Amino acid sequence: MKQQEKEILFQIRDLRTWFPITKGSFKKVVGHVKAVDGVSLDVYRGETLGVVGESGCGKSTLGKSIMMLEKPTGGQSLFRYGNDFKDVTKFSREEMFQFRCKVQMVFQDPYSALNPQKKIYTSFEEPLIVHGIKSQQEREELMSRALRMVNIQPDYLMRYPHEFSGGQRQRLCIARALEVMPEVLVCDEPVSALDVSIQAQVLNLMKDIQKELRLTYIFIAHDLSVVQYMSDRIAVMYLGKVVELADSRALYDDPMHPYTRALLSAIPVPDIHNPKKRQVLEGEVPSPIRKPTGCAFHNRCPHCTERCKTEDPPLRAKAGDETHLVACHLYDAAVSS
Amino acid sequence: MENQVTGIKERNKSASASLLKKNIRKFLNNRLAMVGLVVIIVMVAACVAGALMGVDYNTPDLSNMKAGPSGEHLFGTDTIGRDLFARVLYGGCYSILIGVLCAVLSNVIGAALGAVAGYFGGKVDKLLVRVSEIFQAFPQLVLVMMIVAIMNQRGLGNLLFIFVITGWMTTFRMVRNEYLSLKNETYVKVCEAFGMSNRRIMFGQILPNVMSPIIVSTTTNVAFFILQEAALSFIGLGVADSTPTWGNILNAAKSVAVVTNQWWIWVFPGLAITLFVLAINFFGDGLRDVLDAKQQ
Amino acid sequence: MESKELILEVKKLNTTFVSDKKETRIVKDVSFAVKRGTTLAVVGESGCSKSVTMNSIMRFLGRNAKVEAESIRFTAKRADGTAEPHQLEGIKNPNGAEMRALRGPQMSMVFQDPMSSLNPVYKVGDQVAEGLIQHTGISKKQAREQVLELFPRLGIPDPESRIDCYPHQFSGGMKQRVVIAIAMICNPELIICDEPTTALDVTIQAQIMELLKKLQVENGKSIILITHNMGLVAEMADEVCVMYMGRVVEFGSLEDIFDHPSHPYTKALLRSVPVLGLADGQKLETIPGITPNPADLKPGCEFADRCAECTERCRGANIPAYEIAPGHRVRCVQFDHFPEVD
Repeated sequence: MKQQEKEILFQIRDLRTWFPITKGSFKKVVGHVKAVDGVSLDVYRGETLGVVGESGCGKSTLGKSIMMLEKPTGGQSLFRYGNDFKDVTKFSREEMFQFRCKVQMVFQDPYSALNPQKKIYTSFEEPLIVHGIKSQQEREELMSRALRMVNIQPDYLMRYPHEFSGGQRQRLCIARALEVMPEVLVCDEPVSALDVSIQAQVLNLMKDIQKELRLTYIFIAHDLSVVQYMSDRIAVMYLGKVVELADSRALYDDPMHPYTRALLSAIPVPDIHNPKKRQVLEGEVPSPIRKPTGCAFHNRCPHCTERCKTEDPPLRAKAGDETHLVACHLYDAAVSS
Repeated sequence: MENQVTGIKERNKSASASLLKKNIRKFLNNRLAMVGLVVIIVMVAACVAGALMGVDYNTPDLSNMKAGPSGEHLFGTDTIGRDLFARVLYGGCYSILIGVLCAVLSNVIGAALGAVAGYFGGKVDKLLVRVSEIFQAFPQLVLVMMIVAIMNQRGLGNLLFIFVITGWMTTFRMVRNEYLSLKNETYVKVCEAFGMSNRRIMFGQILPNVMSPIIVSTTTNVAFFILQEAALSFIGLGVADSTPTWGNILNAAKSVAVVTNQWWIWVFPGLAITLFVLAINFFGDGLRDVLDAKQQ
Repeated sequence: MESKELILEVKKLNTTFVSDKKETRIVKDVSFAVKRGTTLAVVGESGCSKSVTMNSIMRFLGRNAKVEAESIRFTAKRADGTAEPHQLEGIKNPNGAEMRALRGPQMSMVFQDPMSSLNPVYKVGDQVAEGLIQHTGISKKQAREQVLELFPRLGIPDPESRIDCYPHQFSGGMKQRVVIAIAMICNPELIICDEPTTALDVTIQAQIMELLKKLQVENGKSIILITHNMGLVAEMADEVCVMYMGRVVEFGSLEDIFDHPSHPYTKALLRSVPVLGLADGQKLETIPGITPNPADLKPGCEFADRCAECTERCRGANIPAYEIAPGHRVRCVQFDHFPEVD
């Protein structure tokens, strides 16, 4: 199978990121926002793993936890160093500093991602200075190399951020993340703040860069069409958990989890001759503070049974397809554990 | 191609100064601010020149006590015959010095504490906010009297100390609020993702974005402290009598007899204060317009 | 087409903004019409002035905006079935009695962000009832009853208790339903929805769209839907108006636009949006360049700099719209063998 040839880069095991809710003047912890609640994933070298879900499902927090911008409450996040794996969540200061060169991030809002008071040059140079590249010539070479990747002339570096359009800014942000030569790029909604006619530019550019540098992307977005266009595999998240994980094509052809199906059917398709039968979900995403017992989706699920209300289904592979994982009691007969 | 790769900075040196130039041009076009700036420069220059030339502000002209303005004494003389023009010039040096020193010091303290409180948040923030509230609640006048009582003397040092420790809270609050909102900006997250140190992010990244309100509040604080000094000196709790400041000169006009009969004793120092404070406020407003990044 | 059938007919609408003594023309010669009981979708990217166009018709713009038009005719239907035309372009005061009498009972607007469309310090029920009390002068109690009646129709469950809630107790989707309730309470014929679901999740978007469709089919409302999402257009619209940089570049029925997209911009827009189920390795088409700044536009076609089919003639000063099929207008010189329309 294809899986064996691929090299696992990240092993995320039961990752949890909870935010405490405190009350009163003594900061008594009265509950937790379980933004990421037990996520296990493998990320292979050179692939694009898409993470999709509605607002509040914890996809952004997952990205920040992988980056260690939010410290996870529990679980492991193992990153490959040569033939070994090291747990990122237990890194020392120095190790973490080195890790920052391996994994970089592109953020949602290109308008505030560049310091408005500083020239692009300064914003680009500082990370390199921090990471100990002493000679200015060497820094400028790295900067120009990254800029060439995103098709922006090096001379533009002497301008200020407000002189650039949204699409150019996002390209600059990608270039800045690339200049430390990372292996993984975590992209948190990289195109959702951009105009529709600009989105395609940035998406295609990201694909080209990936091919050239053999980069690994973790692509987080709410728009399933965009995620499907970019990704090799897709993880669908609901209330802090991965409910389905499959190859991009398989997820579209054969969605298994009722939530994935609803999500797919909710996306309006610009095709007037094949209107799809829409399955409209009742109700809204419950608050991650008071999650429903059992399967978190059961109160909106059209196939809910008594068992779903009490027992949380684990993420298991579909029978006959090791790569298609789903967390749903409906497939108990069909899945191998 | 290869030689294009490096030397980006050298080749574009001329472009780098353009923003500063643009700001200067914008400032020059602001008429009120320019008037303010000119008045400030002229007054400071006059005061400093007067002090350097060593005008005699202290020797009474006993034959000309309480004399009105004349060719000999431009602003007239005070109740014991000292030349008012010399005293206003000399006093200006002290008043402006007090204003500028206090404003700069209190703003530096306020900005540093505000940055720490806003950026780190949590317990540090809570503590600093409480401290600032305590200082704010404490009446300045009582504090001045306490210091005078303890030190048993009046002087420039007392005033400086009191103005600085009672004057940093407004800047503190402003800077703290700016940091609270700016630390959530994406560019701060980007710097964290590159592993930059807290110090570097706080002062290297966020501070430039807070600089313009700090500069503006410093200028307006100069005016505020000059007025404060005048008020305290007028009631006799400010700088020692031997040192002329604008407030101290006014002090001579405390009795109704002087106010009604020798108008020049209070009009000229009063005019100096008003003019200078007004000029500083115009200048500050102009700076605000130029530096406000949201308008660019 | 008889004008009785058209609920809103706009001819040569121009909106100019004045700032720093400089005039910038934002909406340029926009003409379109909405048929009674149908949905018109206005599509375009941010900055194409689709919202400004609608705000010009509703006269929601500030003092620095100048709205001029050859004709903006809104035809209301009286209870006895006769038509009652209003010429909106002649109304001088944008907030005068004439305009206010129309807003609410005749035409109303649903805004993009439900989070900031509601006043956080008033109960939602009171906010919905306010327009009704203002326009009909009925008592608070009667208004409350009408609100209670309206809420279940808009899918707000348990109206008796929900009516006394404050906006922060509602989720985003529920808030948008309340905003729609505010727009609906006076029973207007025309509802202008300005990106009503952009701030919402897809599953909630589906709910809101179903609701709007239901309102239209059951109550015969006319809807103008402003959006940038081609998928929503395909699902909701009867007619489509494609805008770019303040101009209508293409106008036609849903079939015209999706089956025979003719303006290069429409074509590019349809092909550059990722669609579910694209084949592996299939690449998205990109529109080169960036959206120009409206303050420094060159004469001629606004899209010329980004257009693959651009010719010398596109830079000419005056490009009219051509009618390439009945009701299908395109503003592109490629079609100059068709009759010109204005």
